[in-house]
Amino acid sequence: MNAPLIIFFVLAAMAVVGALSLILQRHPIHSALSLIVVMVALAGLYLLMGAEFVAAVQIIVYGGAIMVLFVFVIMLLNAGVEERTNLSKLAGFAGIPLAVALTGFLAAAVARSQDTVQAATQTGATAPTKALANLLFQDFVYPFELTSFLILVAILGAIVLAAPRGES
Amino acid sequence: MVPTHYYVILSAILFGLGVMAFIFKRNIITIFMSIELMLNAVNLAFVAFSQALNKLDGQVFVLFVIVVAAAEATVGLGIIIMIVRNRQTLNVERVDLLKL
Repeated sequence: MNAPLIIFFVLAAMAVVGALSLILQRHPIHSALSLIVVMVALAGLYLLMGAEFVAAVQIIVYGGAIMVLFVFVIMLLNAGVEERTNLSKLAGFAGIPLAVALTGFLAAAVARSQDTVQAATQTGATAPTKALANLLFQDFVYPFELTSFLILVAILGAIVLAAPRGES
Repeated sequence: MVPTHYYVILSAILFGLGVMAFIFKRNIITIFMSIELMLNAVNLAFVAFSQALNKLDGQVFVLFVIVVAAAEATVGLGIIIMIVRNRQTLNVERVDLLKL
């Protein structure tokens, strides 16, 4: 049992426990904090895989920006404990079998294809972040520019949706 | 070195838990958070394959997914604020105008 494998299992356990806690907690703010645990664990896994820039973006954008937005909305709406209603019977009957079947299919597909995907060999040739920047700003520069339009439209949409009525 | 399929299996487990949370939660904000969990699971698979194939394209896709998730969170939370303003509830089962 080498060190990376131990770190992987610790972080994987952290992520799975966080995801389970997201489901089991009744209060939305507790679910949000569980999701932050999952995201920090995933950032650790990205570091383990040598994707430093993605790990940093994961912490800053997901853990920092998106989750703060969630927590802010939860507090703004004063969301309390989730009320238990059973108006929809379908979720109870079909939910668990479907979710278990989906996970099973995915795991089976992975297990069958593990011969073709081998463990990585580290490049070590160039700094990964520099290579990532070259790729992002050369090969993927048009999609990158399009994302700025996407964010602009999202900002406009959020303002239009959340602005007070009657004044706009 | 950690085998790649460990990462992919963890990604499948997280995605399954995200689907389960999406189906079972009644609070619209928590349902939204389970979508973020599923996006994170897919990101993990992207980075794992990027490392396995020794190509960085997967990491670029992860950055795009994060951008889309941020845009989606902004618009979605705006919609949630509108729903709460109009119907005074966070429970998705009480938002049933289109239901027969």
